[in-house]
Amino acid sequence: MSALRELYQQVIIDHGRHPRNHGIVENATHSHHGYNPLCGDKLNLTINIQDEIIQDVKFIGSGCAISIASASLMTEILRGKKIDHVHELFQQVHQLLTGHCENPEQLGKLSVLSGVAEFPARVKCATLSWHTLNAALAQSDSPVSTE
Amino acid sequence: MNTIVADTSESNQTQLDVESIRADFPLLDQKIHGHSLIYFDNAATTQKPNSVIQIEKDFYEKINANVHRGVHTLSDYATNAYENAREKVRDFINANSLREIVFLKGSTEAINLVASSFGQLRISKDDEIIISYLEHHANIIPWQLLCDRIGARLKVIPVFDNGELDLQAYESLINNRTKLIALTHVSNAIGTVNPVKEMINTAHCSGVPVLIDGSQAVPHEKIDVQELDCEFYVFSGHKLYGPTGIGILYAKESLLNEMPPYQGGGEMIRVVTFAQSTYNDLPYKFEAGTPNIAGAVGLGAAIDYITAIGFSRITRYEQQLLDYATKKLLSVEGLKIIGQAKNKAPVISFVLEDIHPHDIGTILDHHGIAVRAGHHCAMPLMERFGLSATVRVSFAFYNTFSEVDRLIEGLNEVRRMLG
Ligand SMILES: Cc1ncc(COP(=O)(O)O)c(C=O)c1O
Repeated sequence: MSALRELYQQVIIDHGRHPRNHGIVENATHSHHGYNPLCGDKLNLTINIQDEIIQDVKFIGSGCAISIASASLMTEILRGKKIDHVHELFQQVHQLLTGHCENPEQLGKLSVLSGVAEFPARVKCATLSWHTLNAALAQSDSPVSTE
Repeated sequence: MNTIVADTSESNQTQLDVESIRADFPLLDQKIHGHSLIYFDNAATTQKPNSVIQIEKDFYEKINANVHRGVHTLSDYATNAYENAREKVRDFINANSLREIVFLKGSTEAINLVASSFGQLRISKDDEIIISYLEHHANIIPWQLLCDRIGARLKVIPVFDNGELDLQAYESLINNRTKLIALTHVSNAIGTVNPVKEMINTAHCSGVPVLIDGSQAVPHEKIDVQELDCEFYVFSGHKLYGPTGIGILYAKESLLNEMPPYQGGGEMIRVVTFAQSTYNDLPYKFEAGTPNIAGAVGLGAAIDYITAIGFSRITRYEQQLLDYATKKLLSVEGLKIIGQAKNKAPVISFVLEDIHPHDIGTILDHHGIAVRAGHHCAMPLMERFGLSATVRVSFAFYNTFSEVDRLIEGLNEVRRMLG
């Protein structure tokens, strides 16, 4: 039971229900569609980057509480970040979600996602937004999929 | 031990003894996340009784050899075991002849065989194939591939909001270009039982052959292919309490005779020269290579098991479970059942408020309840209902009313956590 509570923490339920930065960045310099064929989760990410810094980032999408909350939390933390820093952040988040993170606190608010590690079937839900981000930054044309 | 209660006359129908049936299924007796397992994902695959597990073990311990090949004793035993299983299948669906029963991997392979072989025989450019909105991807993609390859067209019977097919639209889709109707007997996603007998008659009035995907029908009701009069009927053993990797293509002998082989190899030939080869008799012409012998034997044991309980008991009990679960589920606030056809198999798809089915599946799993959450390999149907996913519970005769009660408690817990 407690693992479930860990997974569905209040912050996650809140972000799942009321996602932040939900919408489209009008003057986007980077964008990408992510798709998880297993769940049917969809995510459209738009980003404005100026001088190597993420100025604005938004998403629209449909999916489970975990995937929406993860995308919402991601957009919050990305704003103002240097894109150099994103790769490192991705690695840390991945470690967090797979239970290999030494000190989750360094990830601040994102650490609420640590409960996902106990649910292997749900890791893909939480990583969809991050894979989509990577693809947007690489400006690849084909839609990413978590498969 | 098997639960054998002889299926006696109508007047003496005893109730299904669920407790002793459950004792035949070792897998059911376990804890998941500290709770007794409740297995409600039977439409995906069913659990196996001891008799099936034991017979596969016995096969490998005592009689394993290749079939139709050796002069030695074991080869003879193995061939007999394999062919006995074929006879059990024939009897189970009341086919006219053993020549009409082809052992394959499962429904998917059977449909691909028909698409390839019957397609080659009868379907050409600008011809039409009719399927329905209720199909599993296994009865969509093989036809799409065929259509793409030869320039034929796929037509789709629409479905009403209650999950029943529009039979008038069906009739108007049939024309002189229609070469085949490929239709599911029971929808795996929402449980609708299609009026296949009537639909086959309609097709035959225009001289169009019919393939019925019986994957979700054979576990729940008695099938008689001669009464249905369909040209093809396919199903998978693993959804019928048998092993994975074995399934059946039933086809009318006259058609099988005309159809070209699907795969080439050993077993399916009579004389081979580099210039030309002649093919084996039916059904071997369609069984290239060493078959899943132990799987066939296991399927035979599964059929024995089901037959001993009897469909009169199975269907009645499962329908009672379906009615009970439908009523209980509808009492959960915010729950909506997708598909309320008058005639349903024990399969219920639902959504709960705007809580995502995957979140529901995860929480139920933590209560030991295994359900399916997703698109159920029926994406066009989900799209039709404006959904990307549902939660699906599907019952077998080893499920109980108290398990349904625990599902309802689990869903109330979901609402407390996420609602
Ligand atoms: C209606 C229907 N058709 C076809 C299939 C495919 O069966 P298999 O994967 O055993 O070949 C399934 C199984 O999911 C099904 O439910």
